[in-house]
Amino acid sequence: MKLTLRVWRQKNAGAEGAMSTYEVDDISPDMSFLEMLDVLNEQLILSGEEPVAFDHDCREGICGACSLVINGDAHGPERTTTCQLHMRSFKDGDTIDIEPWRASAFPVIKDLVVDRSAFDRIIQAGGYITAPTGSAPEAHATPVPKADADFAFEHAECIGCGACVAACPNGAAMLFTSAKVNHLNVLPQGAPERETRVLDMVAQMDAEGFGGCTLTGECATACPKGIPLMSITSMNKEWLRATRKAGKR
Amino acid sequence: MARTVWDSSVGKKTVMAVSGVIMLLYLVAHVIGNLKIFFGPDEFNHYGHWLRTVGEPFMHYEWTLWLIRVVLVVAVVAHATSAYQLSRRDLKARPTKYVHSKPRASYATRTMRWGGVILGLFIVWHVLDLTTGTVHSGGFQEGHPYQNVVDTFSTWYGNVIYIVAMLALGLHIRHGFWSAAQTLGVGSRARDRALKTVANVLALLLTAGFVAVPVGVMTGVVS
Amino acid sequence: MTYTDYATGAPVTDPKAPSGPIHERWDKRRFEAKLVNPANRRKHTVIVVGTGLAGGSAGATLAEQGYHVVQFCYQDSPRRAHSIAAQGGINAAKNYRNDGDSIHRLFYDTVKGGDFRARESNVHRLAQISVEIIDQCVAQGVPFAREYGGLLDTRSFGGVQVSRTFYARGQTGQQLLLGAYQALSRQIAAGNVEMHPRTEMLDLIVVDGRARGIVARDLITGKIDTYFADAVVLASGGYGNVFYLSTNAMNSNATAIWRAHRRGAYFANPCFTQIHPTCIPRTGDHQSKLTLMSESLRNDGRIWVPKAKGDTRPPHRIPEDERDYYLERIYPSFGNLVPRDIASRAAKNVCDEGRGVGPGGQGVYLDFADAIKRMGRKAVEAKYGNLFDMYQRITDEDPYEVPMRIYPAVHYTMGGLWVDYDLQTTIPGLFAIGEANFSDHGANRLGASALMQGLADGYFVLPATINDYLARNPHQDPVTDRHPAVQEVLAETEDRINLLLAVDGDRTPDSFHRELGELMWEFCGMARSDAGLRKALERIPQIREEFWRRIKVPGTGEEFNQSLEKANRVVDYLELAELMCLDALHRTESCGGHFREESQTPDGEAARKDEEFSYAAAWEFTGTGEAPVLHKEDLVFEYVHPTQRSYA
Repeated sequence: MKLTLRVWRQKNAGAEGAMSTYEVDDISPDMSFLEMLDVLNEQLILSGEEPVAFDHDCREGICGACSLVINGDAHGPERTTTCQLHMRSFKDGDTIDIEPWRASAFPVIKDLVVDRSAFDRIIQAGGYITAPTGSAPEAHATPVPKADADFAFEHAECIGCGACVAACPNGAAMLFTSAKVNHLNVLPQGAPERETRVLDMVAQMDAEGFGGCTLTGECATACPKGIPLMSITSMNKEWLRATRKAGKR
Repeated sequence: MARTVWDSSVGKKTVMAVSGVIMLLYLVAHVIGNLKIFFGPDEFNHYGHWLRTVGEPFMHYEWTLWLIRVVLVVAVVAHATSAYQLSRRDLKARPTKYVHSKPRASYATRTMRWGGVILGLFIVWHVLDLTTGTVHSGGFQEGHPYQNVVDTFSTWYGNVIYIVAMLALGLHIRHGFWSAAQTLGVGSRARDRALKTVANVLALLLTAGFVAVPVGVMTGVVS
Repeated sequence: MTYTDYATGAPVTDPKAPSGPIHERWDKRRFEAKLVNPANRRKHTVIVVGTGLAGGSAGATLAEQGYHVVQFCYQDSPRRAHSIAAQGGINAAKNYRNDGDSIHRLFYDTVKGGDFRARESNVHRLAQISVEIIDQCVAQGVPFAREYGGLLDTRSFGGVQVSRTFYARGQTGQQLLLGAYQALSRQIAAGNVEMHPRTEMLDLIVVDGRARGIVARDLITGKIDTYFADAVVLASGGYGNVFYLSTNAMNSNATAIWRAHRRGAYFANPCFTQIHPTCIPRTGDHQSKLTLMSESLRNDGRIWVPKAKGDTRPPHRIPEDERDYYLERIYPSFGNLVPRDIASRAAKNVCDEGRGVGPGGQGVYLDFADAIKRMGRKAVEAKYGNLFDMYQRITDEDPYEVPMRIYPAVHYTMGGLWVDYDLQTTIPGLFAIGEANFSDHGANRLGASALMQGLADGYFVLPATINDYLARNPHQDPVTDRHPAVQEVLAETEDRINLLLAVDGDRTPDSFHRELGELMWEFCGMARSDAGLRKALERIPQIREEFWRRIKVPGTGEEFNQSLEKANRVVDYLELAELMCLDALHRTESCGGHFREESQTPDGEAARKDEEFSYAAAWEFTGTGEAPVLHKEDLVFEYVHPTQRSYA
């Protein structure tokens, strides 16, 4: 396959960026999208140009590092991560636009690499269960109904890639935040911090400059792990519950 | 608690949802009242008068009406202020557009903001037209709502403004009702279809109900 | 003197190893270890490099204890360390199934599975702690699979006859890592951990014989900085990426441990690499990494190849009696569940015979037709759905209809920095935990044991043993950049970076990495021979020489520069690969993942030589390309007596 790539190039956080056009040839449909970019980069290095910077690591769809907007879609046309997107999803002769995640809470570091540390700070605000090492009771001391365990797992699957923010017209981080809130709040182990968790995480999410939710559903459509839009509903419920309880104290 | 709510993006959405539901309930009552116009001036004018005497003798003349008006004004202001502030936040959170952009989300979802602005302007016109009579086209007659309505819908612009606004209202309710349910945490996977159906039915009935009046005037059914 | 003329130095012994009955040793060591007064802990700084299961859990736990932790990861977030990709599960001797499991059985299975090349004391401790790990993770909210009664579900895994593997669908590593990451996040928020993401350790600072800090590069600004501490913990993972193609993450690298080795830490058993039997075969030269398919698939899938050579019929056209279910045939009692090293080698053998399937004949079938018939498609979907989806996405083939094709790939490295019972390396104050050390898996790691070891080291072992070191060295002189030892390390690091940028040759870092990887896979992969290893040892210095002549790294050092990061890692692979080949050459026995063609039984099974090789080989660095010194640590087996492993 022969392809034309239009790639966002930006020297560093402070520099102006622009789309640059490149041609790549001999692309196999079995290549992953990132392997196609590897081909481009090898080409660029040999011709003395700087290769395109992009985040990637595990290349098996679980670490959440890769983060490209491909033809306007976060992670491209399939419901998966960029690293698991294969070139068979494109046609010979296609022109492909590649851009970084766009959100003011995710500033561009270089080319297609953005700073997602805001997500870490949301987790630091309360996305954990306080259980210092050594303090744990016997694992079977607290049975967890299977339905709750499955619900927790479904939300715990979030890989923190940020596609939800990238896809949201408001740059909102509601899906990410709700996934962690729901994972921990449904479990009996998470109950003691149930209210503070949701209040603190939502407050941190706002402080990071993410937008608000208008329930467009773009986040859930883009999510490579299929975190459902309803996750946001559940978090809203948790938030209202926590606000009511906090008001009574 | 009020501080927590107002300072949070989730809280402001809650304010929008609650105020939206209040306005929606009002609209349901409003459309039922409007449809009385098809039963002639007497019934309609009588209904207009009754609105001022509801609650008597416990309430004084027009007290109930004013109470409703106050609640509505608070709801409209809260709804609009939250919407404005949230929109500012949203635009700031996504300052750079994608070079390769695609139409996103459903039409109803995408038009919430502009639809809201249209409805806001409409409400102002509507009050000035049929409540205070300030911008009324014919001679506004206090206590004769039937004639006033017929006057308004006897002008082409009256019809256009009203019908456009009611279509915007339908779209607004279609996404807004379902959205409010999610914000208030009452949505669920099992209930989602039902909520969407209720939203669509509400949007359709309200729009049809409201639009029926100008159509009635235009076709001469109401005159 | 050539590289292969290594000298044998004094044996290395473990001074911390406790004596007495094996089940009392860990208690004994914990009691003997000195403690640091809680009030004094905050005065001690501990550097932790890496945020995977071992590093994340260690950082969180040390901070909970009151130490000041300074932690590093090259990823943009500590949540992305490659532990996240572990699929199958984590072992624990809970005996929830009442199927005869016990701490002693887990200990026994692990020593035997490691082909008698691991320390009994360490493995027993691991088995003891396994129980606590599950408790700890459940308390953190790790959503393990549960049964309808609400209790934890377990399954049997890779060559084990009890159901002791706890799992969270096919994403156990992810869930355990997020648990550790969340605990770490809590400590970051509390100000007890100073986290440096996108910062890569480039060298170790040793002052007066003790590890006192690291040199690290900020990957965004390119700034090279020094960080000082009272102790340094390396949790930087394994070195499987020497092979270029592996199941490791693209940026997983050996720099931290290799630089520590160059500074004096012995490197043990570098040739012990695990080749995982169930990976998706490569599709072409463009391949950048290999993807594992969880071993759990072998619980229900049946592995086969055609009986005839060069049979190119599609699988459904090959009748039952023309199929060779070779694992079931050769190993009737374990069948498809034989340990990884055995399954991998068997796959290689049938492919070498010309019976492999798929492009290039480098693959075998993993067939679920019988499982679907037996359990129904729904049940198979519930159990393996996400793995099947992943397979389909990568290969564009539907495993519900067509058997999967799998082939072995480099997955894990059992070798690593030599550590004592306290997980301390031969450099005082330098600790190595998780895959970065060598201690617990011997010559072959059993499935679902890596997660167990990483978390055991990080949550429970290191936090107990590092106390002893810090308590015995309560007042170390402060170190600054002006110290000559620090100046020297800094200058060396900067020179290396500058040289990489200055060569301006005509080959990319990837091209060298790929060349080295192919060489290693061919000669130091699933089967190794004297002639092959010697050939590799001849080639590696040549590639290294060419590297420093022809490498091309665009850009500068003072910016985000991924080519520079990559090139710098390849520098270390080019040295480590040589040591791996030498270790493989010197060990003329076959054991675990290390199969020497010269050492096999008449029926082609691995033949161990216990009289000669019942030791861990700890290598001491003497200079790039210079023959290292071998220090042997004799392994003593008091509880599990070495037998030739038999899974027939």
